[in-house]
Amino acid sequence: MNTLPQQLANGLLLGSMYGLIAIGYTMVYGIVQLINFAHGEIFMTGAFGALTVYAYILPDGTSMVVAVPLMLIGGGIVSVLVAVGAERFAYRPLRQAPRLAPLITAIGLSLSLQELVRNFYPGADKARSFPSLDANYDIGSVTISDADIFLVVAAIVCMSGLAWFVRKSRTGRAMQATAQDPDTAQLMGIDTNRIIVVAFAIGGFFAAVAAVSYGLKYGNIDYRMGFLMGLKAFTAAVMGGIGNIYGAMLGGVVLGVAETLASAYISHIPGMQQLGGSSWANVWAFCLLILVLLFRPQGLLGERVADRA
Amino acid sequence: MVILTSVLTTGALTLTACGSRDSGSNSDSGSTTLTIGVDAPLSGENSTTGLGIQYGVQIAVDDANKNNWVPGVKFKVKALDDKAQPATGQSNATSFTGDTNVVGAVGPLNSGVAQSMQQVFSSADMVEISPSNTDPSLTQGKNWRTSKTRPYKTYFRTATTDALQGSFAADYAYNGLKKKKVFVVDDKQTYGAGLAGIFNSAFKKLGGSVAGTDHVNTGDTDFSSLVTKIKNSGADLLYYGGQYDESEKITKQLKGAGVNIPLFGGDGMFASTYIQTAGKAAEGDLATSVGVPADTLPAAKQFIATYKAKGYKGDYGAYGAYAYDAATAIIKAVKAVKDGNSDKLPSGNDLRSKVVAAVQKSNFEGISGKVSFDQYGDTENKQLTVYQVENGAWKAVKTGTFNGS
Repeated sequence: MNTLPQQLANGLLLGSMYGLIAIGYTMVYGIVQLINFAHGEIFMTGAFGALTVYAYILPDGTSMVVAVPLMLIGGGIVSVLVAVGAERFAYRPLRQAPRLAPLITAIGLSLSLQELVRNFYPGADKARSFPSLDANYDIGSVTISDADIFLVVAAIVCMSGLAWFVRKSRTGRAMQATAQDPDTAQLMGIDTNRIIVVAFAIGGFFAAVAAVSYGLKYGNIDYRMGFLMGLKAFTAAVMGGIGNIYGAMLGGVVLGVAETLASAYISHIPGMQQLGGSSWANVWAFCLLILVLLFRPQGLLGERVADRA
Repeated sequence: MVILTSVLTTGALTLTACGSRDSGSNSDSGSTTLTIGVDAPLSGENSTTGLGIQYGVQIAVDDANKNNWVPGVKFKVKALDDKAQPATGQSNATSFTGDTNVVGAVGPLNSGVAQSMQQVFSSADMVEISPSNTDPSLTQGKNWRTSKTRPYKTYFRTATTDALQGSFAADYAYNGLKKKKVFVVDDKQTYGAGLAGIFNSAFKKLGGSVAGTDHVNTGDTDFSSLVTKIKNSGADLLYYGGQYDESEKITKQLKGAGVNIPLFGGDGMFASTYIQTAGKAAEGDLATSVGVPADTLPAAKQFIATYKAKGYKGDYGAYGAYAYDAATAIIKAVKAVKDGNSDKLPSGNDLRSKVVAAVQKSNFEGISGKVSFDQYGDTENKQLTVYQVENGAWKAVKTGTFNGS
């Protein structure tokens, strides 16, 4: 059996998830030049928000067709509230502070959110099971599940929606203006504070979509899930060109495919047995990042000023 | 420096302790209190089994105090969380050896953590008994396959080793399950890689074939690439060397992709959490564990009843009884030292080294079976059990001793 189509599908799916999270990093960076290292935890709280809806609010045995949209709403509300709250109470007071202060704040916030969930969410000190969508379909030699379909559809819908929003809507154009020059934008009557809140909120909502997909696909969530996913998504954002929303998605997909293919095939190259296998996937992914940054320091798509948001 | 200060403070403390004992030898206030350290992961990864160790020791200490096992000496527990990190384990070990009240320690859970702690305990001449470490090199040296030498005379364990566990599992997989083609995965940790390697060679020696091998990182969550490889290899069994944190996700993703072969692992994934997290996907999966099931041990009935009555968190199933016996071995050693020293406790460091020697001579019926140690510090109780998930619970399917290698 040729495994390449299946491995490519695995990579695309993982990459779509990275891309959805990476949007949050890139939008915030594009507007306020802040790397929000707590974004991985915003993703994590979204997953717990969605789980709360399923486990404590909906009656037992609710059909997944009904439950998934409600979980998306619940996770979205939690993630957006956490993201906006972080902006309002942690980052805004530091907006005029030196660059390092908000960065350290982000790391502190990230640890606090992890510990809050671990200590106060019932059973969150170990993995909690999440309702998963397991039904499988074989398309040629590729097997995908309902959760995979949900992830792909959600990623496409979210990305097209965001592209439309940034280009066409009044708020979207105001975002572009703020990204280009916040001071001038403010002089032109744009409420930059509101625009920044909108950027955090959109990033939070996308993280929640990714979080629900994560839960549905892997079937369990825990308080540490945001750390590695956040790091990978940040890598994806940098690889695609931080500040560029299309770059975030492309970077995510490239990273996901690279990881999957590296873990599947590197060990088949003669003399490379020792350097292949799943445990080396991250090494190859970061090697790729270094290569991309060596030859294109602005990232794959670069920061196209007119489009960045 | 730490050692120097500990010697000085130990001297001072023992003087005052002696004084109080002379003045009020028949009253309870005159008793000495010794501490037994516990090092295990008490939060995060592996904490389910880690807490089982902490409370196993707690119950042993409570029993010792209640029944006055060592007249004139009370015990208490000092539990430190190592988060399954070798560096944290090492600093915990230093904190135990620096505390003059600590007479010995139980732990750690993870073999990789044990490696970093052994030297610290050895320098302080303090006994360390692990209820769960299974890596053979901890007691028999790096070259345990060819020439066994004991690296640290202060280190003991009440669990048997992976040399037996891996071979026992291979034997059951080949002869019991009739599986001929296995895919072997490990997490590159001391415990996981060691166990998987032993299983791999034992399985081949029996005549089975290995369809492929791979390694994962602890903390990974997406195993889709690995699952595709396993599916393509045509293996009829997946053997995993590592902890439940990863194996519960692997089995779920494996079954989710329509690959219905059982996952077989070691004692690191023998925990109720594995089934809770993996759900239906865990059905039919197997794990070996050291000793016989705590629930079937007649001597452990009281222990389990106490554990449940106190509402302790964690899972006593895997190592709780071993932790209880490890703590008991230390307590009994203290008694032996006291009895052999005209009913007086020797001073600080002398006490510690005499306890090490007394633990070596341990020979009593514990709740997990007979507790005694061979010349390497390994338990002489070499029983193992294969468990299988049936209707959402681990069920013992085969118990026995293995002396093949």
